[in-house]
Amino acid sequence: MTKAAPDAVHTAIDYTLRQDRGRLIAALLAAIGDFELAEECLQEAIIAALKDWPINGIPKSRRGWLLQVARRHALDRFRRNKNFEQKAAQIAVLQQAEMDAPAESHDIPDHRLRLIFTCCHPALDEKTRVALTLRTLGGLTTDEVARAFLDKTATMGQRLARARSKISKAGIPFAVPNADDLPARVGSVLNVIYLIFNEGYAATQGDTQVRIDLCEEAIFLARLMAEFCPDDSEVLGLLALILLSHARRHARIDADLYVPLCEQDRGLWNKKLISEGQALLEVALLKGKVGPFQLQASISALHCEARSGEETDWEQIVALYRLLAQIRPSAVVRLNLAVALSFHKGPEKALELVDELAQKLHSYQPYHATRADLLRRVGRKCDAHIAYERALELTCTDSERLFLIGRQKALAGSKKKAEHKARPKSNREV
Amino acid sequence: MKYLALIYGDDNAGPQPDTPEFGELIAGYQAASKTYVDDGVFIAGEALQPVETATSIRIRDGKVALMDGPFAETKEQLGGFYLFECDSLDDAIKYAQMIPTAKYGTVEVRPIQTYDFD
Repeated sequence: MTKAAPDAVHTAIDYTLRQDRGRLIAALLAAIGDFELAEECLQEAIIAALKDWPINGIPKSRRGWLLQVARRHALDRFRRNKNFEQKAAQIAVLQQAEMDAPAESHDIPDHRLRLIFTCCHPALDEKTRVALTLRTLGGLTTDEVARAFLDKTATMGQRLARARSKISKAGIPFAVPNADDLPARVGSVLNVIYLIFNEGYAATQGDTQVRIDLCEEAIFLARLMAEFCPDDSEVLGLLALILLSHARRHARIDADLYVPLCEQDRGLWNKKLISEGQALLEVALLKGKVGPFQLQASISALHCEARSGEETDWEQIVALYRLLAQIRPSAVVRLNLAVALSFHKGPEKALELVDELAQKLHSYQPYHATRADLLRRVGRKCDAHIAYERALELTCTDSERLFLIGRQKALAGSKKKAEHKARPKSNREV
Repeated sequence: MKYLALIYGDDNAGPQPDTPEFGELIAGYQAASKTYVDDGVFIAGEALQPVETATSIRIRDGKVALMDGPFAETKEQLGGFYLFECDSLDDAIKYAQMIPTAKYGTVEVRPIQTYDFD
């Protein structure tokens, strides 16, 4: 093998980790059974690669090389351990692996499913599950995970270290859960993937690049789950939902301005992602076990099928939201139901529903943005102005702020005329 | 691995003595204990006398100070424990869930530390 330039080595290592970090950690965990030690051994292997590859060249199977070196580190650690006998089982596994796997081996057994269940274990808090999954199975560095949460890198590093330590010390298993626990545990994994996607998509905060990365990580993880659980209709439903939403991403922003769904340029929607999402949803629905992700994907699919905002099948969307509100009651679902209802039965009906949610959603930006839009549409311009004001206070992204300011200004233009006509009422309105 | 399930409850919450519900609670404990023994996970398990009987000890500057009462005055107090031998946290949680007080109070599961000197 020939020498490799340090830059090329760095690129090769970064690329390998982005692609295969999860696979490597999972393979190490399967052999060692200890999350902290698996991370440490992979770190050692990366350091070794930084020294070795510039001299001996970049190996053909980079992940195979890293795995083998990491395993040797683990073996050394176990041999140095005073409680040598206690680790006999792991040592045997590692020695066998050493004999079976030549350095250039391409195939590492894939234990990532077990790893997903470990990272999304309900004994870890929700934020930790999301962070640990992104760091371990996604290709994100600790710094990137920290940026996604607007945390300091050191704080995020501590959170991740605590999580690995708890997994090791509390005996959180590295295993696919048994049949009794499986539905709930799959639910926890899907929830983590959904949160990752939502943070990237709905983007309450953070910089744009990280957000796109988050969406793509979520798609990668959802695809992984769909590969492992092809018979679980909610797994397919989540993947369909994510693909159908992601397909519209280029139409959501126009010249830095947020564009609401009904006004988006449908020519900018990604048709390939849409047809993939639709096909997945069809397979899921045929299984006859409907769930929240399939319902949301169905709603998304109806939007994707419509040729324009006006031609959308609002009646069916309303029906789907009602069903969703039944099986997963939440104020946010009811807010979405109200939006659909406003296009189906008119904004007055929708306003009644929205006003019932005032208490629960008083600090939720979309509540005020939705309410402002409905008030605008029924002609209550002063109330709309106030609602836009409140929505703006809660808005954290520039594209939405610009959009809302635009709407509010347009309102002011026509408000003068409205006030002129309805002067006696203005006291009450202001 | 060994796991300690710490059973916290409020004496005023849940079934009170001399009610049919209390009888069910006790029967629930007996059934749970039997399952633990049958499944081979039971190492130990005891109920504690009420919190009023607690004495707390601190040694500061070599002086022993005794306090009449528990470590912390909280609504839910430690009332008993089980020590399990389980393969993983999942198993420990499965058995800890069977503790009847989980319905009224809180059961905290803690792995027992093993000393693994490097």
